[in-house]
Amino acid sequence: MSKANLLDRRGVVASLLADRKGAIVVGGLGASTYDIAAAGDHDRNFYLWGAMGGAVMIGLGLALAQPELPVVVITGDGEMLMGMGSLATVGLQKPGNLSIVVLDNECYGETGGQVSHTAVAADLVGIARSCGIRTAQAMTTLAEVEAFAPSLQDVASGPRFASVKIDGANLERVLSSRDGSFIVNRIRGSLGHTPI
Amino acid sequence: MQMHARADAASDPTACWSDDIFAILQSFDVRQVPYVPDAGHSQLIERVLASPSMRGIALTTEEEGVALIAGAWAGGQRGVLLMQSSGVGNCVNMLSLTQIFRLPFLTLVTMRGEWGEFNPWQVPMGSSTEAVFELSGIKVLRASHPQEVREVVQAGAMQAYNACTPTAVLLSQRLIGTKVFTK
Repeated sequence: MSKANLLDRRGVVASLLADRKGAIVVGGLGASTYDIAAAGDHDRNFYLWGAMGGAVMIGLGLALAQPELPVVVITGDGEMLMGMGSLATVGLQKPGNLSIVVLDNECYGETGGQVSHTAVAADLVGIARSCGIRTAQAMTTLAEVEAFAPSLQDVASGPRFASVKIDGANLERVLSSRDGSFIVNRIRGSLGHTPI
Repeated sequence: MQMHARADAASDPTACWSDDIFAILQSFDVRQVPYVPDAGHSQLIERVLASPSMRGIALTTEEEGVALIAGAWAGGQRGVLLMQSSGVGNCVNMLSLTQIFRLPFLTLVTMRGEWGEFNPWQVPMGSSTEAVFELSGIKVLRASHPQEVREVVQAGAMQAYNACTPTAVLLSQRLIGTKVFTK
């Protein structure tokens, strides 16, 4: 990417999750799932290896089921663009414990770096705000990310949305489990739910 | 007559069986009810929105509901997706989740594009609805008469929630009544 001083995605996610406590974290298809794995495997990591466009809705289902726990969706600009309608659905439900963070590299990194809509036209922060997510902000510095991270623990004042501009570097993949039943049952187990 | 009346709306045929469905969903402790509105589901949606134990969640497109139910299940709650047959096609890739997570997935689908349909635009998706579900690994049950709705939905809920067998119950247009278009 030609833009200077953009943030490193792994540093952003590590900062967001450094003090995650009991938070459930959903990683969108692609590099976002590798990023949350790189920050450290966790019983409450919900790794997505597919379902493009579904990350926010999975987060919403979790947030409504567990209103006392922070739920954090970390996904990419391409994945968010595919599920843009879900921002309107979140805006209607207004779960206080849901946070959505888009790691915006303005391209489809997993498929060869093709430019995405956010590079030129689409303003995801404006879209989120227009959908009724009043706490919506763009971030370009690590200081902003670090200042934002503690708010993820506030389960009363969401939903909140942040778009963090990151650099387009393709980092080494950190592969999480890709067994869906394992991933979901591990989260359920951590919440005290037994297998059927 | 209203623009969107059903041929047999005067007798209010959905009142009884939609109450049956609501009672079944309650008995299985279903908590999240994502939906894209359909006239055939309107009474059930009203019951859900008025219920203290269920949360009706309006969607912009049906695939959102599949993902929502996956999140709900991970968080310990059951869901059911209410939609019309035209919405089934919108779900196809997201239906992968029902197999990937072995989800206790139940969807109740009001059918269009059959039984005296007026609108040709409804026919292609209505005709492929059952096959789309089957190709996606989802068991299909169907109710076509008011007196069988209770047992068909009950069976669908049992296999979906007790055996984690993703299931779609099709509610036939014959059951709902053919939509009447008047000027």
